[in-house]
Amino acid sequence: MSKQLVVSSTINGEEVEFLTEPQQSLLECLRDTLGLTGSKEGCNDGNCGACSVLIDNRLVNACLVLGIEIDGKDVITVEGLANAHELHPVQEAFVLEDGLQCGYCTPGFVVATKALLDRNANPTEDEIRFWLAGNLCRCTGYDKIVRSVRLAAQLMNDSREEV
Amino acid sequence: MKTFNYEAPSTIDQAITLMSENSGQVLLLAGGTDLLVQLRSSNQDIDLVMDVKGISELNQINYDEVSGLVIGAAAPCSQIYESVPVLENFPSIIDAATIIGGKAIQNRASFGGNLCNASPSGDAIGAMMSLGAMCSVVGLDGVRNIPIEQFCIAPGKNALASGEMLISIQIPPPRLNSGANYLRFTPRAEMDIAVAGVGASIELNSDLDRILSACIALVAVAPTPVLAAAASASLIGKKPIISAFEEAAGAAKESINPITDVRGSAAQRKHLIGVLTRRCLELAANRAGYVSCKGE
Repeated sequence: MSKQLVVSSTINGEEVEFLTEPQQSLLECLRDTLGLTGSKEGCNDGNCGACSVLIDNRLVNACLVLGIEIDGKDVITVEGLANAHELHPVQEAFVLEDGLQCGYCTPGFVVATKALLDRNANPTEDEIRFWLAGNLCRCTGYDKIVRSVRLAAQLMNDSREEV
Repeated sequence: MKTFNYEAPSTIDQAITLMSENSGQVLLLAGGTDLLVQLRSSNQDIDLVMDVKGISELNQINYDEVSGLVIGAAAPCSQIYESVPVLENFPSIIDAATIIGGKAIQNRASFGGNLCNASPSGDAIGAMMSLGAMCSVVGLDGVRNIPIEQFCIAPGKNALASGEMLISIQIPPPRLNSGANYLRFTPRAEMDIAVAGVGASIELNSDLDRILSACIALVAVAPTPVLAAAASASLIGKKPIISAFEEAAGAAKESINPITDVRGSAAQRKHLIGVLTRRCLELAANRAGYVSCKGE
């Protein structure tokens, strides 16, 4: 039995302290220790992107990060996107464009899309497809997801103009 | 995943000491994109996983016109392709850094890890090999440099001795009128592993009509990424035109004896090396300033 390690980090804007064993992945810590079950386990080897989260604003696969590695870091999961009253524009766009069917891959796509639009406010279709290459969806055929991302870009740009 | 101890040293000295004091197996963690997958499927007892990302030397990317580029062993692909000096001087490094995995992988996976993992299909290894890279390694006895073509010794095995770690990879500054390229073939454009890959660099004379030197590296067609010495040598003194590139491509093809596996057959790999070598040399010559490779 290996010892438990203390991890202090900021998750979705909240300072969090939790215990992890060295071999536990960030995905296990999020889901099993912290109850943040939005990030999904698909392949558990970095191929499907269902566990996409942001560490210090960088998109990563939570299954390929050890929980202990986020000590001192800032993590955003899909739970951190909506505020108490309204969906994040990316989430809204996926709803409006039917960018999901079974929904298992959706948290990963939503987080990856946020990471894209934070860097590139007006991505082309090619840029969207390349950016999302690490996220697999077996239901939609991707077209609706690409449309959702385009709408999300538009919604985010509109809200910036209003401000 | 089997349990292990975890340490995150902040200096090279601490890391070397931790490795020397540990009698069991010590594994180094950079981006973890290979390591965590391997740990999950392994039954091996691992004593210590040592996260080296906290060591500043391993995170730096530095460029100097005289000494060249130093890529810290743990610097992730995204840090490499966002680096201005790399963008300005090393296009074939950008080629490789942008095709490894998807965005989430590129934010973690390092060139040092790609090298230490010693996969025959390491894209970063092929790109760096064609640029004459040198690996800086440190252990209890101090620092030593290993030419990159000697670093991988078998699939999954590298030249590091017990207690040694890779610190950085050094790439000489680009010579005047030189260009480089990295190309690979994959069934899917992204998130895939090379069936075959070619890295090439080429140096032209000041009139841009003769090849002064060339270096071709081949990926996923031998137990390790390999240099195609005869193919590279065949280009010296030639005009940078299609016929010369085709001859070199033929020599590259002849120099390998690839295997058939899930990703491709031996015959397909040979064919691909011919096509990719010719294209890669053309693109490298264009980057060196040669305007048209067609004709003559």
